[in-house]
Amino acid sequence: MNPLETLKTAITNSFRSKLRTTLTVLAIFVGAFTLTITNGLGTGISNYIDSQVAAVGASNAFTVTKADTGSGLGSGPQKYDPNTRVLAAGGRPGSTQVALTQADLDKIGAVPGITGVSPVTRLNTAYIQWNNQDKYQLSVSVLAGAQPQLDAGQNLDDGSQAPQIILPSSYVAALGFSDSAQAVGQEVTIGIPDATGTMRTVTATINGIEQNALLSSGGAFINKALSTALAQAQATGTPATSAPVYTTATATFAPSSGAQIAGMKNQLSAAGYSAQTLDDRIGTVKTVINGIIGVLDAFAVIALVAAGFGIVNTLLMSVQERTREIGLMKAMGMGSGSVFALFSTEAAFIGLLGSLIGSAAAIALGTVVSHALARGPLSDLAGLQILSFAPGPVALVIVLVMAIAFIAGTLPAWRAARQNPIDSLRYE
Amino acid sequence: MPVPILSTRDLTKTYGRGPDRFDALRGVSLDIERGDSVAIVGKSGSGKSTLMHLLALLDTPGGGTVHVDGTDARNLSGRRLNALRNQMFGFVFQQFFLNHATSVLDNVVLPLKIAGVGARERRARGMAVLEQLELADKARNKAGNLSGGQKQRVVIARALANNPRVLFADEPTGNLDTATGRVVEDILFDLNQNHGITLITVTHDHDLAARFNRRLYIRDGQLITTDEEHAA
Repeated sequence: MNPLETLKTAITNSFRSKLRTTLTVLAIFVGAFTLTITNGLGTGISNYIDSQVAAVGASNAFTVTKADTGSGLGSGPQKYDPNTRVLAAGGRPGSTQVALTQADLDKIGAVPGITGVSPVTRLNTAYIQWNNQDKYQLSVSVLAGAQPQLDAGQNLDDGSQAPQIILPSSYVAALGFSDSAQAVGQEVTIGIPDATGTMRTVTATINGIEQNALLSSGGAFINKALSTALAQAQATGTPATSAPVYTTATATFAPSSGAQIAGMKNQLSAAGYSAQTLDDRIGTVKTVINGIIGVLDAFAVIALVAAGFGIVNTLLMSVQERTREIGLMKAMGMGSGSVFALFSTEAAFIGLLGSLIGSAAAIALGTVVSHALARGPLSDLAGLQILSFAPGPVALVIVLVMAIAFIAGTLPAWRAARQNPIDSLRYE
Repeated sequence: MPVPILSTRDLTKTYGRGPDRFDALRGVSLDIERGDSVAIVGKSGSGKSTLMHLLALLDTPGGGTVHVDGTDARNLSGRRLNALRNQMFGFVFQQFFLNHATSVLDNVVLPLKIAGVGARERRARGMAVLEQLELADKARNKAGNLSGGQKQRVVIARALANNPRVLFADEPTGNLDTATGRVVEDILFDLNQNHGITLITVTHDHDLAARFNRRLYIRDGQLITTDEEHAA
């Protein structure tokens, strides 16, 4: 019997006992459905987390600060060193942050693997205003590799000479725009106090509006041209002798493996700096979500194992029922290999049928539910599709279910194959 | 002297063990020539069916040898054995073993399907053999809807589909009324005489046995002479 003939016969045979095949397919359907849904949940949530994380910062950058060398409990006051400078930090009252100087930046840049270091200048912007309407408080940050999810407009262009800004969507109505689309392209005025306390203004163009995001700080993103302009305005009147100091710096590196990143971190920490990647800061959230999805997947696999026993039972009954037929085929010269192939193909076909229907139903239902949720209860989290189905994982689910069905089918198939023709024919 | 197509030496077969032990065959030696027609005659439980199953290589003997065309069957690989069962032997089972849910044609071409013959040729050859047995008009019918005589003819057609050289028949007329039985007998002898197929038939019907070239009488697992059987 050639493979095509085996396939055709196996398919015909599986439809011979319709009720039994239907029940087995249903059992597999439940397993495949559950597995596809949990899989979609995993894909959907991690897609969302990834896009949210990308909106906050680049994945190939460290946030570097000078390590606090000993403000632990009981270590007593630190000895004064004329070479270190401290800045008041945003922690508990009285806490300070050792400042980074140009020498520190050079040292960080010298660590192998680091491709660039840029200091983070604190821009203490005071307000934003459009068209002489009400003024609103504003905090800004430089877009260091972050990819905010936009409602309207375009991302910032760091190469442009024109000052550009991306505003959170909460500013749209407050500043007096009717919607996001109207805001894009408008000129806004940003107020920033200089070193002497005099308010200075800088104008910028709104380049885009950011969606409500899970991890956003509520601040605006600005491009290089605008940050330079703001920094100049802020520095006006600063005594010329005062050397610039920074609380933090951003160190970028080429895309690297986890081990390489850990290596760079160790080197930075040996040099007296503490470096954190974005993953370090967001990692725990992801771990928790992955854990939950793992548990759901485990339940789906349990359902599938139960379905596997269903397949064993179905095929054993099928073998029993067809004992004489198997004997006849063997008496006519059908080899044991062909008999085995026939029954295991039948098992795999039942598996394929169940997993195709299960996955298709899961995708259809999942898409509908996901859209409904995105419009209803989850509408505050823009861009969240709680269930999303990627072709890869879905194909993997189908193959996995087929493999389980095939393995379940090998026992009955082997039983069918090893029978002696005349013993099978004599079977009552 | 030509090599016999089937030949056995000291063939034994035992079922069960211990107190349940039953010796179905106790040393059978015979030779069957090409084109011969042989009836294996004996009562129920005499071992005649066991002997035929061993001759058709459907079962493994407890002891002794079966030679097919001069080759010892014990030395045949699984593949050669399957090819032999498929191409050289045709078997007409007493219980028919038809698949009632599928068509007559599908039942008849089963040996061809196992042999890996393509669908088109399968159909042509299946129709040819059904034509030969005057069943062409039933080709599309479900096998379950046929009468006993028609079923028996379908089983013969199935056995003939792959042009076997030896046709085994187990009580071919046992389930049929006299008139239908006579028709089936005529078909079998026509195949033997006009198509050169070696015919080996198991029967307990002495009238049928009388039409064969040779009769092998078997009692309690051993071949006996004709006279003894008639005396018994």
